[in-house]
Amino acid sequence: MNANEITVAATGLTKRFGPLTAVDGLDLAVRRGEIFGLVGPDGAGKTTALRMFAAVMAPDAGRVSVGGVDVVAEPERVRERISYMPQRFGLYEDLTVDENIRFYAELFAVPRRLREQRAARLLAASSMERFRKRLAGQLSGGMKQKLGLACALVHAPSIVLLDEPTTGVDPLSRREFWQILYGLRAEGVTLLISTAYLDEAERCDRLALLHGGRMLYCDTPAALRARMPGALAEFATPAPRQLRDALQGRAGVLGVLLVGNGVHVHLDQAGRLAELERQLRDSGVPCDGARLVPPSIEDLFVALLGGAGTQP
Amino acid sequence: MKLRRLRALAVKELLQVVRDPRSLMLALLMPVMQLFLLGYGVNLDIAHVPVCVYDQEGSPFSQGLFKRVQASPYFRIVRSLHDQREIRQAMDNGSCRMALVVPADFSRQVALQRHAAVQAIVDATDDNTATLAAAYANAVVAGFANDVRLDLVERTSGLPLLPAPVAQQSRVWFNEDLESRNFIIPGVVALVLALVGAQLTSLTIAREWERGTMELLVSTPVTPMELLVGKLAPYFAIGLLDGLICLAFAVFWFHVPFRGTLLALLFATSLFLLVVLCVGYFVSVAIPNQIGASQIALFLTIMPISLLSGYAFPIDQMPAAIRLLTYGIYARYYVTILKALFLKGSSLHELWLPVLALAGYAAAMVGLAARAFRKRIG
Ligand SMILES: Nc1ncnc2c1ncn2[C@@H]1O[C@H](COP(=O)(O)OP(=O)(O)OP(=O)(O)O)[C@@H](O)[C@H]1O
Ligand SMILES: [Mg+2]
Repeated sequence: MNANEITVAATGLTKRFGPLTAVDGLDLAVRRGEIFGLVGPDGAGKTTALRMFAAVMAPDAGRVSVGGVDVVAEPERVRERISYMPQRFGLYEDLTVDENIRFYAELFAVPRRLREQRAARLLAASSMERFRKRLAGQLSGGMKQKLGLACALVHAPSIVLLDEPTTGVDPLSRREFWQILYGLRAEGVTLLISTAYLDEAERCDRLALLHGGRMLYCDTPAALRARMPGALAEFATPAPRQLRDALQGRAGVLGVLLVGNGVHVHLDQAGRLAELERQLRDSGVPCDGARLVPPSIEDLFVALLGGAGTQP
Repeated sequence: MKLRRLRALAVKELLQVVRDPRSLMLALLMPVMQLFLLGYGVNLDIAHVPVCVYDQEGSPFSQGLFKRVQASPYFRIVRSLHDQREIRQAMDNGSCRMALVVPADFSRQVALQRHAAVQAIVDATDDNTATLAAAYANAVVAGFANDVRLDLVERTSGLPLLPAPVAQQSRVWFNEDLESRNFIIPGVVALVLALVGAQLTSLTIAREWERGTMELLVSTPVTPMELLVGKLAPYFAIGLLDGLICLAFAVFWFHVPFRGTLLALLFATSLFLLVVLCVGYFVSVAIPNQIGASQIALFLTIMPISLLSGYAFPIDQMPAAIRLLTYGIYARYYVTILKALFLKGSSLHELWLPVLALAGYAAAMVGLAARAFRKRIG
């Protein structure tokens, strides 16, 4: 087994819906045992791309292979080794947690003993044991996602495709979720995940930034951040909106983003910082200080896409 | 085909039906309701139709005729009238549905072996009853006339007479041994099974699309054939159960004789169910929402089966072009088999033609249905 072996690959992958090109010439190579993130604003084409990898949607052009098998030519062989969790909850709401898990295990012919072991482990890891007899339809949104993951993993796939799996999941459960994913990675499972949470994107080994069906960048989170042109400054302030409005459009300011503890300002060069601080003092906008910070993926996104679709 | 997958699909489907009150009602209550509705509703028998009489002759002959009418189970004489106007009134206020007018020269007409010109005026607001009442009245009168004539001829000349042609003709209409319900109910079984079976399966694929479970299902290694077989298996079982329920009600409630064997019935019913379930499945694949699919399934079953299967309207009385059309209606063959099994007690050997036709339909529909489903979305 080669650690650098490519398990999911796409070249020129394209999908059109009428005049709209949802995925446009996507080239992608995911290595074995990697957590690969697909990031992009709404409508970027994440779901469409994952559907083509999962062999549930036929591409219009390009090639896809998963686990060394051509997805278009041999979809059934692909389906046996992958697991796909759609963005929309895809389980049976009128079946209980246990019945759902059992159904998917049986479809993949998982032996009963193994199924019970795995179900117990997966449900324990996501604090779901208490709900085994509950109908899936009566679970909360976050619990449904956890059940979806359990069903997706019960047949121990070697490649896992997850479409925004943590949407609607509370922060604590999200931690559990990622713990499970890291555990899988340690076992050599390849994970391809789309996410709308940019802080989650940082947890991926590599990221592909999609926008308008095209891949803009593909690299590790650290390398992507290093690519950000200019510099990022964080301003601490009790009046973030006022500060944002004051800075927007000034010379050297490429973008302004409200963050939890202040305002992130994207500068064309680090040298601008002192000058901006002076201007703020002069205009009387309250500011408790500013410093250069390493950019987050979110900053990067705003910088690269001009904030399209990612700002709260 | 993997048995485990079939079982998983079948169990899942069954759980969904059992937990959905609407499906459950459709599966178990509907057949009985339909059977009752159609068993009683489409009833070609009449009984105790209220009749008024207007006797213009007032002879022992006319009195004899009325006695005869009164004695039949179909009529009940409620009033004696004295002019034409009263008939109109009695009909309008609903006190009678038919009036018999005996002409002043009734006895003479009969004696002269002419047609006994008794006039039957029928309230035709209920077309069905009207037609039947007129026909039955015709039979009763003809029977009476025949007896009287025989009586007269024997008394005057002592010569034996062949039965008059009038009487022969009326036998077609008036057959005391035939109860129309016996003819209707076996066919109703076909209608009920088609309705319930196609309705239930029309939901099965549409439901997956509508609830968003199809995308995940499609991403698993399930084959279209497994999906078809696994999903239809529980409905097949439900269909057979419904068939047995119908049989029980037909025999024990409606007292329709069942002269065939249970095995033959189950075999023919299995073939018929295969066709019906596949029709529903086919519709479900084509129309990805439950309401639309069930409407189309309803339309595809109830229309051709109730009109063209011959369950109530005899095929040999249809115009030639329509008759030709009925050969394309699979239910026609099942109705033929059912009637033969119930009333004649035929064996499957004797019924090889309709059985073969049904089997051909079943094979074709299974093939079509298995091919219809594509494991793709969008
Ligand atoms: N089945 C479809 N028919 C027509 N258009 C579609 C279909 N599926 C997706 N699209 C369009 O293709 C584009 C990409 O959609 P896609 O769902 O792949 O985006 P996404 O990145 O997953 O977005 P989100 O974050 O909202 O899930 C969108 O403009 C969407 O409207
Ligand atoms: Mg999506």
